Amino acid sequence: MTALLEVKDLHAAYGETRVLHGISFSVQSSGVVALLGANGAGKTTTLRAICGAVRTSGTITLQGQRIDGKQTEDIVRLGVAQVPEGRGTFMELTVEENMKLGAYTRPARLATEDFPRMFDYFPRLKERFRQQAGTLSGGEQQMLAIARALLLRPKLLLLDEPSFGLAPLIVQEIFQILRRIRDEEKVGILLVEQNAAIALAFAEEAYVLETGRIVMSGTSAAIMQDEGIRRSYLGY
Amino acid sequence: MLSGVLHQIMSGIATGGIYASVALALVMIYQATHHVNFAQGEMATFSTYITLTLINVGLPYWVAFVLAVAVSFVIGMGIERILMRPLHTAPVLSSVGVFVGLLLIVNSLSGWFFDYTIKQFPTPFPDRPMLGGYLSGHELGSTAVTLIVLLSVYGFFRYTRLGLAMRAAAFNPVSSRLVGVRVDWMLALGWGLAAAIGAVAGCMVAPIVFLDPNMMSGILLYAFAGALLGGIDNPLGAVLGGFMVGVIENLGGAYLVGTELKLSLALVIIVAVLTIRPTGLMGRKVFSRV
Repeated sequence: MTALLEVKDLHAAYGETRVLHGISFSVQSSGVVALLGANGAGKTTTLRAICGAVRTSGTITLQGQRIDGKQTEDIVRLGVAQVPEGRGTFMELTVEENMKLGAYTRPARLATEDFPRMFDYFPRLKERFRQQAGTLSGGEQQMLAIARALLLRPKLLLLDEPSFGLAPLIVQEIFQILRRIRDEEKVGILLVEQNAAIALAFAEEAYVLETGRIVMSGTSAAIMQDEGIRRSYLGY
Repeated sequence: MLSGVLHQIMSGIATGGIYASVALALVMIYQATHHVNFAQGEMATFSTYITLTLINVGLPYWVAFVLAVAVSFVIGMGIERILMRPLHTAPVLSSVGVFVGLLLIVNSLSGWFFDYTIKQFPTPFPDRPMLGGYLSGHELGSTAVTLIVLLSVYGFFRYTRLGLAMRAAAFNPVSSRLVGVRVDWMLALGWGLAAAIGAVAGCMVAPIVFLDPNMMSGILLYAFAGALLGGIDNPLGAVLGGFMVGVIENLGGAYLVGTELKLSLALVIIVAVLTIRPTGLMGRKVFSRV
């Protein structure tokens, strides 16, 4: 069976600065994979590479189809949704318009079909529906970003540090909802996180990235047991 | 006296509609590129020549008008795809250079194809006073056309999916790509729309000021003043600003500085706005929390 996402020997660079040095990993359909690592390890670059936003070599396939070298818009249309670093909110537009944009690639008459399900996950978005998205709190913007990505009905959901810049309580709330999404939606998830504890509790499998190379991989349980990882990323 | 003032205000609104259209075209391109398209006026003049040529080959006015607007739309898109596309990541001065170059090129093309003599341009509206003599038939008709254009553009951006995608692409191209919006095409569409709006403005103003290759240069200045006054990043503000400049220009010309110095009023407005309130009256204030 072909994997949902298969990354092989991926290299990426910004100009002269090489960031990824040949990483390989895969996400099974409806699988949940975490990509861990410190700042600057290349986690965000990996997500950007999958979305075609950075020059790469190596191969990236989605359900057996090559997507490396394609335009971001076309990769998105094949079913890859990204919750970007910094949430990517359309600040000037309303929550409603942000959500409509999430469903932009779907047929016009079905554009609002999934709104009730999103309100069920994120009741806060219903309360804020007509508000300008720039006025939302960080946590609410994160919820909006996740809803926007899900409205695409993706096969693969890329999450870039959903915990970033949020208070611990809000992070817990968001991950509680993400767990529901993981269990209820038929979507493969690739989660990038600095917060290893929360990521390992969420994912089935994990890869650890260090300066552009994968230094360890395995089930979340196995990685959690690893002495080195515990010291470097979990702090106990 | 009072009826004189009223008359000046009414015809100020009529010319203001033209400024409002051109201001809207400027704002649309500004939102997408963060530059002012100096060639907007010359492009509109060129479109007006196209209309006149089509009328001269025997087409009815409105057929020629619609055709010219459509051709202008395509030309606008073409300019974006061919000239502007390579500049998406270029420094500011490269873009300014291209805009100025475009202004000179389109201006010279107008002169080359259609010669530099001043031409009369027909109006499709009846030539008699209306609204109790306050407006000419053409002023009333052109105001109506302008209002229809402005309302349709507003409706398009506010209520259609494509309009939403175009706004999204202008505000946040990176996130737009991530939801599947084809950002490059949205920019090209924006240029097409701006060129089409300019074409309408050109055809509406040409019967008043007569047609020559420099017809729009003064109007572009008023429109720019209007856009700044209302807020260069706010389409609604720019439209209101355009109408206000039209009224100020007419009143100022009649009672303050005389018609010869009218254009300097535009410059006064530009300088005043930039020093006192650079965001304009309705400049966008985005609330953001991080």
